[in-house]
Amino acid sequence: MPAAPMPVMTTTAPAPSRPLTTVVPPSRALPVDAPQVAIDVEKLSFFYGAKQALFDITAKLPAKLVTAFIGPSGCGKSTFLRTMNRMNDVVPGARVTGKLIVDGRDINGPGIDPVSLRREVGMVFQKSNPFPKSIHENIAYGVRLNRLAPDRASMNDIVEESLRNAALWDEVKDRLHDSALALSGGQQQRLCIARALAIKPKILLMDEPASALDPIATQRIEELIYELRSKFTIVIVTHNMQQAARVSDMTALFWLGKLVEFDRTEKIFTNPAEKLTEDYVTGRFG
Amino acid sequence: MTSTGRHFQAGIDELKRELATQGTTVATRLAHAVRGLASRDIHALDEVAIGDAEVNARQMAIDDKAFKLLALQQPVAIDLRVIVAAIKVNADLERIGDLAVNIAEASRRYFDYGQIVEQELLPRMADAAQAMLQWALEAFVHGNVGLAQSVLERDDALDTLRDQAFRRLADTMAKNPGVIPSVLELMLVARHLERIGDHATNIAEDVFFIVAGEDVRHHAGLATSE
Repeated sequence: MPAAPMPVMTTTAPAPSRPLTTVVPPSRALPVDAPQVAIDVEKLSFFYGAKQALFDITAKLPAKLVTAFIGPSGCGKSTFLRTMNRMNDVVPGARVTGKLIVDGRDINGPGIDPVSLRREVGMVFQKSNPFPKSIHENIAYGVRLNRLAPDRASMNDIVEESLRNAALWDEVKDRLHDSALALSGGQQQRLCIARALAIKPKILLMDEPASALDPIATQRIEELIYELRSKFTIVIVTHNMQQAARVSDMTALFWLGKLVEFDRTEKIFTNPAEKLTEDYVTGRFG
Repeated sequence: MTSTGRHFQAGIDELKRELATQGTTVATRLAHAVRGLASRDIHALDEVAIGDAEVNARQMAIDDKAFKLLALQQPVAIDLRVIVAAIKVNADLERIGDLAVNIAEASRRYFDYGQIVEQELLPRMADAAQAMLQWALEAFVHGNVGLAQSVLERDDALDTLRDQAFRRLADTMAKNPGVIPSVLELMLVARHLERIGDHATNIAEDVFFIVAGEDVRHHAGLATSE
């Protein structure tokens, strides 16, 4: 039986009051058949020009689990998330050092096509951004581009499957050719998730996917994340610690560009190793 | 219900099931201890006196589960009351388990002394304590405040029986100092049975807390039939 993942935590933050845990033993809280490592990060640093935003991040994100990034505003969690599918490439002056390995390949290495990478590592943003097209076409567009549907029947199957996976099918099945822009905010966000799922990613990145939504819509998104967790590796950035506690299996706390602690969510929220983590999750700072 | 809601509800349901299992285990061990005393079944007494590692392990597991539900799910309202009450009921059940062990140990010593003393009140106390525990557990599982009320109403009667038992046993000691060691063990048994009634009362009070959000401890807001 393969060993459960052992997230390796490292930090260049101020000296901790207690020794850092460097190896997390397997937990009954994680699925028995779990994880391989989906994203292997080794001493990754990131620069916006001369300004360093991330400092020597090392972590192994487990596959087919939900990992949440938490931390105060400006701590680098979204920057780190965007390194995972090289969305930061579009930022002038952006530079990364270290390694970020997905499927055995350093995604910053030579010969990596960022566009292909972003098919495998999909992303959903804080503000939903459906195409100004029909609901059906929002899904079909990416599928067609990637030649994933040989015929119309296959395309319709993929559209339906994606919408079902995003828990949106029942709400839109009778109006697939209506404009996506007519959907509510929460529905639009689920459509964006369906759109990402349609091209069969292995990893789904979510940057505060529910922060612009009302509580009911937020609950639907959290429900969806929970349902998707066994099928996809999900990495979510959230300002809402309670959300991280509810939906994630693993949680990483960032602070001033450094990874402070990375462990099972139940440990982070019941007995974190680092005082900084405890101060943050109890609301004493941040 | 959403899947996160279903997941949370499954956690609460599992918590209740584990407590029900714990209650059954503890009640069974108490019954063995009581029967062992009544019928001089040394084997039954030894089985109970050997210890309750199973009860202790389950108590820790239940507390851990409740703790994690509180930390990760931020429950409110009735969900919060259920989990908080579950932690308290868990502690009461573990103590009842300990008291069952204590009864078995005291009974064993009593028989070892070899001096059999009249003690007709102890069987009545045992019946009352076991009934209170059974009703309290059923009230907790089903949210039955009527049954919980019945438990509360019987606590004073059990206390009275204990006082009567103490007086009679003290009288026996006064008349026959040679049986003092034996009688002291029976007084311990009486005390343990009365404490079991108190713990069953605690569980019943928690039922009111869960169902109605009422704190009926120390007879606050409680209407009795006395």
